[in-house]
Amino acid sequence: MSFLSIRNLSVRLKKGQPLLRRVSLDVSAGEVRGLVGESGAGKSMIGKAVLGILPPSIEVTEGEILLDGVDLLRLPPALRRKRIGALAALIPQDPLTALNPSHRIGPQITDRLVDILGWTRANADARARELLSEVQIPDPDRVLRSYPHELSGGMRQRILIASAFAAEPKLIVADEPTTALDVTVQKQILKLIAGMQTRHGTALLFVTHDLGVVSKVCQKLSVLYAGMVVEDTSVADFFAAPRHAYSAALLAATPKYTDPAAGLQPVPEAVIAAVQAEVAAFDRRAAHG
Amino acid sequence: MADLYSIEALRLSLADMTAKPLFGAAPHIEILRGLSFTIPRGAVVGIVGGSGSGKSTLGRALVRLLEPSGGAIRFDGTDITHLPEAALRPLRRRFQMIFQDPMSSLNPRHRVATIIAEPLRLHGFDAIPDRVARALDHVGLPAHFASRYPHELSGGQRQRVGIARAIALEPDFILADEIVSGLDVSSQAQVLNLLERLVGDLGLTLAFISHDLSVIRRLCQRTIVLHRGEIVEDRPTADLFADPQAAYTRELLEAIPLPDPAQVWT
Amino acid sequence: MAEAKAIDGRSLVRRRAGLRLWLSASWLGLLCLVALFAPWIAPKDPLAQDLFLGRLPPFWMPGAEPGYLLGTDSLGRDVLSRIVHGARVALAVALIAGTITCLIGATLGLLAGFLRGWVDMIISRMIDIWMAFPPVLFSILLIAVLGPGLVSIIIAIVVIDWTRFARVVRAEAMAQGAMDYVASARVAGRGRPGTMVREILPNVLPTIVVLLTLEMGIAVIVEAILSFVNLSISTDDPTWGGMISEGRTSVHQAWWVLVFPLVTLFLTVLAFSQLGEGLKDRFDPVLR
Repeated sequence: MSFLSIRNLSVRLKKGQPLLRRVSLDVSAGEVRGLVGESGAGKSMIGKAVLGILPPSIEVTEGEILLDGVDLLRLPPALRRKRIGALAALIPQDPLTALNPSHRIGPQITDRLVDILGWTRANADARARELLSEVQIPDPDRVLRSYPHELSGGMRQRILIASAFAAEPKLIVADEPTTALDVTVQKQILKLIAGMQTRHGTALLFVTHDLGVVSKVCQKLSVLYAGMVVEDTSVADFFAAPRHAYSAALLAATPKYTDPAAGLQPVPEAVIAAVQAEVAAFDRRAAHG
Repeated sequence: MADLYSIEALRLSLADMTAKPLFGAAPHIEILRGLSFTIPRGAVVGIVGGSGSGKSTLGRALVRLLEPSGGAIRFDGTDITHLPEAALRPLRRRFQMIFQDPMSSLNPRHRVATIIAEPLRLHGFDAIPDRVARALDHVGLPAHFASRYPHELSGGQRQRVGIARAIALEPDFILADEIVSGLDVSSQAQVLNLLERLVGDLGLTLAFISHDLSVIRRLCQRTIVLHRGEIVEDRPTADLFADPQAAYTRELLEAIPLPDPAQVWT
Repeated sequence: MAEAKAIDGRSLVRRRAGLRLWLSASWLGLLCLVALFAPWIAPKDPLAQDLFLGRLPPFWMPGAEPGYLLGTDSLGRDVLSRIVHGARVALAVALIAGTITCLIGATLGLLAGFLRGWVDMIISRMIDIWMAFPPVLFSILLIAVLGPGLVSIIIAIVVIDWTRFARVVRAEAMAQGAMDYVASARVAGRGRPGTMVREILPNVLPTIVVLLTLEMGIAVIVEAILSFVNLSISTDDPTWGGMISEGRTSVHQAWWVLVFPLVTLFLTVLAFSQLGEGLKDRFDPVLR
């Protein structure tokens, strides 16, 4: 049984255009699923729907989000928040804006544990120190007393990772967690996330636009176009032979420095036209019932 | 082949406002620490480095948006290192820049036609509407885009407008600063193909700044690797990829995630 | 996705902006006409006293006299006629003081924010010093020195309120100056004055328009406050502030003397601020 199971999730702008079109996917405990697509494909939207942080202008029109067997969309808002807070966490994209600049690092990790999950202050502090050493931050005590602007981008992203794992969530949504970082720092952070995920047996939903990153951290993969899952497969199968023409084109567009002849091919217009026709056909079916 | 640019022992310091004391001047930090290299006419040179390597500062010094604090920049034989703005103005047509963020580099209140036409007007070109139309055609945008505003375009289209604005002036040199890093892979590939074609068709000299070695490999014959304001490697691109000399270059290369599960990070 | 969201928000903003723009512009347009043609529109002479007709109630109440639509004050002067004539002073102050304040403040702010360096240093220090004066005391002091009158009020508003524009426009110009389109204008070979006028100004203009209309509303209030403390123009000429001040003393016997000018004042100030917001949304190509 998968820990997170999304069934036919459709989401749209209130009385407007659809943003997700009957998305289904599963993530088991200890598994990493990549969500890939170009900007506007809806990959972040899925993460937001799971965490219950869709903007108010967006509504869910159908489907289920089963978190440990319970459909989040059927829970009353207060219970839903409680359940998500206890079981899931987010690693955000931008380490510069995700930490509050006017608070020290320590409270930003521990306040949630104390105020919402009811830990004692001492336990929370000990946990924060332990986590910072786990994400390989030297001198955790000094860092806990620091303000965000005193730390580098890579350091801040480590703190956000530590913070996400603080309450031992069973599911983590990582939303483009390394997009703002240098490649050398990205490599360290990706290895760190993968290591933590394996050790804690967490289910991880990894949103990214980079198929290179997918091949390093994910086991499963959903490729999205216009809010539709065009391919749902294992990473090994995908890189051996993508099944859908659009996902194959996306792979061909991804740069590959070891082979200058391959990579950086624009997605052919015929492929775009074909996948857009698929989307249109889907919308026609949806309109008729 | 004559050198279009020759850079000698280039130094540049900027005031570090984050470390400014309550009274007195902010301390200066040295961003570029004595760089020397040349860009021959017609060359396509890649400049690569991480954040804080000084690559964008170097770019802005080349087109004299920043004034160096030491060393010399010679453009086509003229020393432009400390040339005042008024003396630079006639030269500016000849070295152009394409910016990283096409949204912030296009004035949101001007239409595409105005954005491309303004620099032409400033430099006294004639037949401006024709030139605007030709520039749009060069970058593969339909003519009716001339009346659009930047926010009505996609990221890739905005970047094409930035390219059109630069090439319309018929410059000798174009500096491209991280121009594909905000784009989806597909638009990235399209913009790179376009740039590759334009370089050939128009005989441009191009410096292409990027943090991404895979993109550089595709476009540039020569690559300069910057690290902490110094050049750690400056070689033909093929040699650099086949046999990276500097430890930092190797580190950069190994950190690029290849779309291939067979590559395993240790 | 993000783009789709923006489009949706855009139409919403626009619909609301349309209504708001329409309502506020209508009210201010009406007021302008009334002020221009006050002698022909006002049913009575606003200064004519008739102690036999003192404190007449508005038309729908028992004891009202025909011809005195909104009643009379304790000296028997027609309230409606006085409001109509009061619009002249209010609008004159709003338009003239608002515009001059805007021109001076916005120019200084733009220069400081774009040129930076010593220009910014001087202008910013001036703003700091100015803001340290308590504005009400400052204006009363100024009027006391200059002597009461329309010109004095306008000078007082300009001298005190230019910082309101200068501060905001400076910050906005600084933010716009850091954008790459300014750098690209330089690469294209544009000089500093040209960059300021062609590139920065159009992007700061919506902010200036909003500030300008707000300032016009503020000018109306300042004039009313100064009338209220008898420091405006001669006490005979009807002003809204003067009417409110006079109406205050007899509010229990004749509430209408206080309430009608107060409501007019309130609607006018509100209309100015809504006009600015509406114009900004309407003419912003990014929102449009």
